[in-house]
Amino acid sequence: MDTMTTILQPDHATIPGVSKPAKSRAARRVHGLSDRTIAWLFVAPTIALLLAINIFPLIWMIRLSFTNLNLSMSYLPLRFVGLDNFSDILNDEDVWLRLQTTAQFVISSVALQVVVGFGLALLINRQFRGHSFWTTIILLPMMLSPAVVGNFWTLLLQPQIGPFNHLISLFTGVPPSSFSMTGQVSLAPWTIVLVDTWMWAPYVMLICLAGLRSIPDYIYEAAEVDRASAWRQFWSITLPMTVPFLMLAVLFRAIENFKMFDMVNLLTSGGPGSTTELVSISLKRAAFEKWRTGYSSALAIILFVTVFGAANIYVKTLNKVKQR
Amino acid sequence: MRRLGWLRSTAASVVVAAAALGGLGGGQAAAQGKQLTLCWAAWDPANALVELGKDFTKQSGIEMKYEFVPWTSYADRFLNELNSHGKLCDLIIGDSQWIGGAAENKWYVKLNDFFDKEKISMDDFVSATVVGYSQWPKNTPNYWALPAMADAVGWTYRKDWFARPEIQSAFKAKYGRDLAPPKTYDELKQIGEFFQGREIDGKKVYGAYIFTERGSEGITMGVTNVLYNYGFAYDNPKKPYQMQGIVNSADAAKGLEFYKELYKCCTAPGMTNAYMQEGLDAFKSGQVAMQMNWFAFFPGLYKDPNVGGDKIGFFVNPAGPKGHFTQLGGQGISVVATSDHKDDALAYIKWFAQPAVQQKWWQIGGYSALKAVVDAPDFPKSAAFAPQFLESMGIVKDFWAEPSYAQLLLDMQKRVHDYVVADKGTAQQALDLLVKDWTKVFKEQGKEVASQ
Repeated sequence: MDTMTTILQPDHATIPGVSKPAKSRAARRVHGLSDRTIAWLFVAPTIALLLAINIFPLIWMIRLSFTNLNLSMSYLPLRFVGLDNFSDILNDEDVWLRLQTTAQFVISSVALQVVVGFGLALLINRQFRGHSFWTTIILLPMMLSPAVVGNFWTLLLQPQIGPFNHLISLFTGVPPSSFSMTGQVSLAPWTIVLVDTWMWAPYVMLICLAGLRSIPDYIYEAAEVDRASAWRQFWSITLPMTVPFLMLAVLFRAIENFKMFDMVNLLTSGGPGSTTELVSISLKRAAFEKWRTGYSSALAIILFVTVFGAANIYVKTLNKVKQR
Repeated sequence: MRRLGWLRSTAASVVVAAAALGGLGGGQAAAQGKQLTLCWAAWDPANALVELGKDFTKQSGIEMKYEFVPWTSYADRFLNELNSHGKLCDLIIGDSQWIGGAAENKWYVKLNDFFDKEKISMDDFVSATVVGYSQWPKNTPNYWALPAMADAVGWTYRKDWFARPEIQSAFKAKYGRDLAPPKTYDELKQIGEFFQGREIDGKKVYGAYIFTERGSEGITMGVTNVLYNYGFAYDNPKKPYQMQGIVNSADAAKGLEFYKELYKCCTAPGMTNAYMQEGLDAFKSGQVAMQMNWFAFFPGLYKDPNVGGDKIGFFVNPAGPKGHFTQLGGQGISVVATSDHKDDALAYIKWFAQPAVQQKWWQIGGYSALKAVVDAPDFPKSAAFAPQFLESMGIVKDFWAEPSYAQLLLDMQKRVHDYVVADKGTAQQALDLLVKDWTKVFKEQGKEVASQ
């Protein structure tokens, strides 16, 4: 106690210019504050930061979405265009195609990640030799940056020198340089699904593992007593009890994949043509390459409302599942 | 406590050492306290410019700092900087297509008064570079940049392969003519087909490397080399912005079809999203017989120990049925309007415009646009690619340089890549859609677009 006192309250008499009365004035001021004021003082910096970097830009973006602002032509007068940007977007066939591409990507990759992630969780949930080592190995991809993953897979998938094509060739006999995973219209959409699954299935595995470990052993013991087969135990105990966790994983991954940009941009740049151009890539091109600020603000709002709406519906469903 | 004491003394030593090193390195400049930041793309000529800039620092005492960004993010990065009125760059070597936006948005300092005062005449520079890099509006005496780096699309080929007797005779037997650098695109395609899949020195090689990149400007900068020569133009010269029937003429569609045929018949597998660097890699690794690329890279290729010297040859972009042109590259150097060091930046431009500096610029790997350098009698012999460069600069055409160029460029990237690489629709449909896209952009810009 003495030591603490020494550290927190050094002997002011030994420090020139600092006297005890000054300290007691400060203490009195703090003592005069109500708990509510002190709480606000603690929260205020966070709120200020949130307002500055989240709320203000959001309001500013909503304002811009009703204008014709194009930053590459900022000399043109800024005009209020009402809902023109929104109507342009909703009537643009290309935007609908990009949304379709995004939906296909989200559904395929999340479905695959759930299957692979859940399968891995079932395997890792068993105790075996080298369990920790393999868990770490499986978790490695999700610890990498998407930029690293994009570049790394670009090399792996290179038709002439990349090992992926040679591996496929080994099993199928197809010449390695006769196909390009990122350059062919028929393969590129599956390539981005494959790479995304490679990276994020471990994340789904972690969530599922938490679900599996939360199932009490006595339920399985009771099932054993009832002579339930392993298959029956899986369908009647394991799966139903991990469904809320699976749904949570689906929610997280779906939101993330809807926003997917970096990895796909590095792998295919949205190509070949526009085959893998997700709506986030279109948004980036409209905002920071074409500089159509008004238009891209409107597109961002539409996407935000879409994700927010879908996530809300999903969360309500998730709660219903949990209540059951 | 002992550990903390050790940390403190170490930190102090590091600070003292850093201060000492800083003092040694930046002596003269630090004394004068002047520094300029020059922004450009990260590529071979930028390294040459760093070397050249040492002379400027020696003469003026102004230290040069450089911001070089890879080509794929060069436009994004610096247009963002200019748009946001940032102070990162005092001088910028901006792409030719930026000039319209930079002038209209007042991102660059207008240089007319400075040129008059310093007696720098634009007549002393190659006219295509003055129009391409400096003027806005085009063909008017309003100058926003000094031509800094002349450039155009050219071709390299494996001279050693072309010279082999067995290859020569096989080619002659198949096509009834000698194997030589192509003068037309039809000849180029034949040569490409001839080399495609051929085994040379035990290695499978491919016909040609062409630009196919999707994200920035690659495929547009490639396809225009063919389109111009098949009769494509950006608009009606008599009716500005009238594109219907010009951009999407039957001839232009044939040109686009040809580029796709070239891509299908003669390129290496996987070249679906390839630009400058992929071309250099393909050529340096002995994978392709011919390579489309910018002249800026040719000094480096010529010096390459594996494929340079006697093994490499150069030729001008081949002609097509409707003309003989090539895509203009290159950039001008400008003073950024928000710079706090405009006078020093102008001093740099004054220094850079001197004939002796321009001569050295060419000698160390840059491409001068000064007539005194390129029209000198010994210029064609000064480098293996100098005659082709000179000829190319006489036949260049450039993409739109409008303030909305980025939208126009990305629209073309999409339509062309969709057709050439992704096999979507026909060439005619791709160009029809392009006219529709461009019309929309110009109308948004407030331009009158005549339909016929």
